Amino acid sequence: MSTEIVVMQVFNGVSLFTILLLMSIGLAIVFGLMGVINMAHGELMALGAYVTYLTAGAFSHYAPQWMDVYLFVAIPVAFVATGAFGWLLERGFVRHFYNRPLDTLLATWGLSLIFQQTYRSVFGPQEVSVPLPAWLSGAWEPFVGIQLPLNRLFIIGLTAVVTVGVVLLLTRTRWGLRVRAVTQNRPMSAAVGIDTNRIDAMTFALGAGLAGIAGCVFTMIGSTNPGTGQLYIVDAFIVVVFGGVQSLIGTALSGLAIAQSQTTLESVMSGSMARVTILVLVIVVLYFRPNGLFARKARS
Amino acid sequence: MKELIRRGSGEIIFVAALLAALALVLDPFRLSTVAKYMSFAFVAIGIVLMWGYGGVLSLGQGIFFGMGGYMMAMFLKLEASAPELPDFMMWSSVETLPTWWQPFHHLGWTLLLILVVPSVVAYLFSYAVFRKRVGGVYFAIVTLALALTLTVLIIGQQGDTGGANGITDFRTLLGWDIVGDQSKLVLYAVHAVLLVVAMAVCRAILHSRFGKVLIAIRDREDRVRFSGYNTAHIKAFVFAVSALLSSIGGAFYALQVGMISPDTIGVVTSIEMVIYAAVGGRLSVGGAVIGALLVGLMKSYLSEAFPEVWLYFLGALFILVVAFMPHGLAGVASRLRVSR
Repeated sequence: MSTEIVVMQVFNGVSLFTILLLMSIGLAIVFGLMGVINMAHGELMALGAYVTYLTAGAFSHYAPQWMDVYLFVAIPVAFVATGAFGWLLERGFVRHFYNRPLDTLLATWGLSLIFQQTYRSVFGPQEVSVPLPAWLSGAWEPFVGIQLPLNRLFIIGLTAVVTVGVVLLLTRTRWGLRVRAVTQNRPMSAAVGIDTNRIDAMTFALGAGLAGIAGCVFTMIGSTNPGTGQLYIVDAFIVVVFGGVQSLIGTALSGLAIAQSQTTLESVMSGSMARVTILVLVIVVLYFRPNGLFARKARS
Repeated sequence: MKELIRRGSGEIIFVAALLAALALVLDPFRLSTVAKYMSFAFVAIGIVLMWGYGGVLSLGQGIFFGMGGYMMAMFLKLEASAPELPDFMMWSSVETLPTWWQPFHHLGWTLLLILVVPSVVAYLFSYAVFRKRVGGVYFAIVTLALALTLTVLIIGQQGDTGGANGITDFRTLLGWDIVGDQSKLVLYAVHAVLLVVAMAVCRAILHSRFGKVLIAIRDREDRVRFSGYNTAHIKAFVFAVSALLSSIGGAFYALQVGMISPDTIGVVTSIEMVIYAAVGGRLSVGGAVIGALLVGLMKSYLSEAFPEVWLYFLGALFILVVAFMPHGLAGVASRLRVSR
């Protein structure tokens, strides 16, 4: 196998990995840290994508000269809008189902159906897409024969920034300390004066906001329709469960493992068979390590 | 709780009377819609057993529904296209019949496999999982992943399985026309009788000592285990029963609807099956049947008359049932009886 093919193979794997990671990092926080199974997470991603679509529309209408940099506005807007929506969702809906995981699963599934129909009514059933800024189309060619698409490179960079930001937020701030405290021991955290309700709402909002960023990124590589979220939700859950809940690093490593094996298998078999093989492998590994690949060993 | 169990025999009589009444009043077209959702009623009964009484939620019942449906459809398709290969194989230039299609030349083998394969697969898979003491959320997600896997596999192997279109275009069972009004009525009768039998069997299981142990496992599995029971075996057995029911439902679906496709297996359908049981009441076998018929008929009515309302309705149903009616219609009915 020539070097170019290997390099492209690895690059495709890394690119898929960053997309998987963006998709699942919000879920890793909501499901992994809080234990809430949010089946509407995919629809939050779709919300981020639609917010980006609206932002792009607003730019092309009011400030076409700034169209090149609308992404730098769209990303924070998607984050804040989806996060705020997530905050409302937690306060008004999700918190009533705490400690009933299977009921949460069904109720949020119902919610996801309602969102899908809302998107269909508002934006129509067809695919919508946003124009890719000129500086993101094309490819970077560091060597002859190796072409790295710029939008993929941008996504890789963005994922790195987001991931580092989340890790710093959780491990280096007072707020992150409180989140981790509430995760590990809720009654004790409440006893030392942490407002656990507020922490729950903010954590859920952060997870939702990250889904919004993922949705924004999706618009760079494909179009959005009302069912987009549903396509990705199972994959996102698999990445989180495979990595082991309660472990952000686990989520990242599992995303990397799944993405690299997927792209490698795709070079020797059809895409659908590669996906089947990966899913079966994940299920087999989960059988031997039910708490995920990178679960912390701790007494529950 | 006890009240709900005691009302069981009344439920069965009620459902049997309802199914008979529907056959008398509805025109053949409407009746075939009822028959379609009677297939899902089998699945819903299985979910009551597994989720309501066993405390384990499977989001992959579509797998077994699909197994039964595909096996039945494979037999019907071979009959319809004999002596040639099924049409979709020729389109994908498959030259010879795949080996795993061979048993489906015979109705006897087909029926046997419809009963045996899903139960055995379900038992072996779930015993292995339950022995590891994995349950709850993980079981739900793993079964969901399996449903996704099977769908992707079937769509990917177009030449062997018919791909995304599924298997369709068959009209006869052993030379007997299955699409005419008269034969629809006969099929409906067989279907309804089997459904009532399935309800009676499940009720018997729940009433037996075995059913009591199952409820004990749901409420405090560790204590049952410490008392010397092999809880994994008991849960896996119930899962196998629920798979068997789903498979029978799937086989009837193929007969009644005249097609089977990956859509009936996938993530969306598999989760939708849970709402059938939840609406009827997760502790009520009869409620599951009523729930499947009611939600199903609402679905066919709403998606014809107001297509944009259907998903709102279904979504709201999921939320309302979980939040306000955890025991479904059967729970409401028994509360009314108690307060009277």
